[in-house]
Amino acid sequence: MSSRIDQLFQFQQTALNLRAVRQELIASNIANADTPNYKAKDIDFASALQGALSGNGQKLQVAVTSSQHLAGATGESVMGAPVQYRNPLQPSADGNTVDLDVEHAQFADNALRYEASVTFVSNEAKNVLAALQG
Amino acid sequence: MSLFNIFNIAGSGMTAQSQRLNVVASNLANADSATGPDGKPYHAKQVVFSTTPIAGQTGQGVKVSAVVEDNSPMKVVYDPKHPMADAQGYVTMPNVNPVDEMVNMISASRSYQNNVDVLNTSKTLLLKTLTIGN
Repeated sequence: MSSRIDQLFQFQQTALNLRAVRQELIASNIANADTPNYKAKDIDFASALQGALSGNGQKLQVAVTSSQHLAGATGESVMGAPVQYRNPLQPSADGNTVDLDVEHAQFADNALRYEASVTFVSNEAKNVLAALQG
Repeated sequence: MSLFNIFNIAGSGMTAQSQRLNVVASNLANADSATGPDGKPYHAKQVVFSTTPIAGQTGQGVKVSAVVEDNSPMKVVYDPKHPMADAQGYVTMPNVNPVDEMVNMISASRSYQNNVDVLNTSKTLLLKTLTIGN
């Protein structure tokens, strides 16, 4: 029975963990808004969640244009999801690609979705309790 | 736990920005210091930011890697009555550009505020997480 309850919570648990990791990445971007040559990073949440749930997350591979190219090392990853670099809309002269407006919007969005997941998991817990207690 | 790492990341950002503000204050205060303990006019200083890993792989904080002296040419002012004037009546004054420093100051204070916002949001999320199941 406990495994069934685990399964029930697993989706929101994974989602919350990924949201927390993404929140950390965006916090790094905001903290490094003035660091020369820092490249803003983020994950693609939808594919990262799918990868984390199925257990076979994709690694970011080096682009290969010829069969004779070496595969190279895979990039940075969190919870099996590749960490990607943002395409800068307005690149700055010092090589920094952090756009504070974008980061702030994403940070607020991610925080709200985290809170939503917290509410969902809380309600699930209440439902389980109601079912147990009758 | 990623959300706790955000405290360290945003904290490192706040420390770095306040150090930058410190340097700006020193530059502005010494904008007219024609001589110092070594008998030479004050040189403007600038901070150099660099990323620093924080407790893990994903999150990267920021630190002041060096405080360098500004290489821009010193201001030379014609003032024969000045005690530091040379034989031709010229005084070498600090290379502090008050406009640059004011811009630097506003930029530092905005970045500091951004990090405070990040910290507050993370705190809210953590408190929300504690309410799961209540």
